[in-house]
Amino acid sequence: MIDSINRMAAMTARYYYLLRSSWLRLAELIFWPAMQMLVWGFLYTYLYDSKSSMASTGGMLLGAVLLWDVLFRGQLGFSFTFLEEIWSRNLANLMMSPLQPAELAASLMAMSLLRLLIGTLPVTLLAFVLFGFNIYGLGFPLLGFFINLVLTGWAIGLVVSGMIIRQGLGAESLAYSVMILVLPLCCVYYPVWVLPLWLQPAAWSLTPTYVFEGMRAILIDGVFRADLMVECLALNLVYLAVAFTTFMLLLRSARHKGVLLTMGE
Amino acid sequence: MNSIATFFSGTDQVRASARTLPAPAQSPATIEAATPAIAVETLCKKYGTHWAVDEVNFIVPKGWTVGLLGGNGAGKTTTIAMIMGLVVPTVGRAMVLGHDMATERHKVLKRMNFESPYVALPARLTVRENLTVFGRLYGVPNVKQKIEELIEEFELGDIIDRYTGRLSAGQKTRVAVAKALINDPDVLVLDEPTASLDPDRADWVRSRLQAYQRRKSSTIVMSSHNMLEVEQLCDFVVIMSRGRVVALGTCRELAEKFECKNLDEVFIKLARGA
Repeated sequence: MIDSINRMAAMTARYYYLLRSSWLRLAELIFWPAMQMLVWGFLYTYLYDSKSSMASTGGMLLGAVLLWDVLFRGQLGFSFTFLEEIWSRNLANLMMSPLQPAELAASLMAMSLLRLLIGTLPVTLLAFVLFGFNIYGLGFPLLGFFINLVLTGWAIGLVVSGMIIRQGLGAESLAYSVMILVLPLCCVYYPVWVLPLWLQPAAWSLTPTYVFEGMRAILIDGVFRADLMVECLALNLVYLAVAFTTFMLLLRSARHKGVLLTMGE
Repeated sequence: MNSIATFFSGTDQVRASARTLPAPAQSPATIEAATPAIAVETLCKKYGTHWAVDEVNFIVPKGWTVGLLGGNGAGKTTTIAMIMGLVVPTVGRAMVLGHDMATERHKVLKRMNFESPYVALPARLTVRENLTVFGRLYGVPNVKQKIEELIEEFELGDIIDRYTGRLSAGQKTRVAVAKALINDPDVLVLDEPTASLDPDRADWVRSRLQAYQRRKSSTIVMSSHNMLEVEQLCDFVVIMSRGRVVALGTCRELAEKFECKNLDEVFIKLARGA
């Protein structure tokens, strides 16, 4: 157990060394969420100032943008940290070391969380200072939203990493694009009832849907839907288990196919 | 040292898919010493319709240095990858220190290490950071002290705090070999360890490897295209071609058998289909 913790700490240190080696990498973590916040923030300001019927939705938009970024950046943080091993042709070194796949996954999760905090905390402050939107006004439920979105990001990151191990850098674009695939069904910017009836079960099978519905319940009705959070957490645990199993199966398949040694070339 | 009889070739054996290999012997501590460092048993790897490795058999006793030779595409790297557990054999097995590397690699990886031009250390980490990370991954008790020893032994003092990606090819090789020795491995697998070094540095690295092997009585398996290097380092040589073992023995035995002056000539003779 202590050996295992030491190995996870070693990998986390490895990613920390990488992060601190370049201020551009650090800046990039903040850049994209900040730009997104500015665009949506100005839209929020416009709606509010024009006193249009859409004005009341402005806060929801900003809340949705911030929470979507938690999900998106959580997954990107996981997948990109893993991709660093492919880009640097270091994966074979790791796979031939005593590092276990579960330990690698745990260290990727730790780094994903660190990158997420670096990227999103300043942006939440920016939203407050520039547009007067306080995401922390959501109170304690925000923690539930955050945890659930991060867990979903990790589950997707695990599957994406497994696909990259199995298919090589040809699957690299999945890291960027997979979240866009689920975006329409997650109901980030609109409620589930907007979707056609036949599509709604698909939306409810995705954990982020519960979070964004929960957020709207607080912002519109002032009600915290604990039931949604619990269902979401349960679903997330299932997703994580399935994702880790998928990761392991893809890794095993890669060992059979003999692609690990030349990964990144 | 044992004779050539210690090794066995599988060229005239029935393809192993048709037979079941015996289960590995249970290994109480008393038997541990008798267990070979590496036992490659009817090892085969098929990619699509192509047999990259085809019924390779050899045993490496503890404390030996064995050279794995062959032209490009001979199956050396695939064999090495199976010995390291990075590739799962289609048929047969690679046993290291009594453990099947396809299923029990986690039990033995701490006692092994590896260096290859196919892999690299993270470029954006300094040499010290890389050695620290790998030292901790391998559970080295006092990583700082071990790194200081490696700095001295491999003359890394002037590059230890430089980014690994900014080093010359020769410096990178030195660092990679230092990383491969960070856990004082019982079994060291080297894939062309001096490929990118000038003759002087290559000789220098060879002498370090030789000193390490003598000091720790460790087992080394190495592939190389440098026949002088193989003659200098290896107790035994396995020559592969098209996935099969085509010759094995000591350098002298091979030279006598093929009526050549040296291993270089043996290699060329075999490569040209003798």
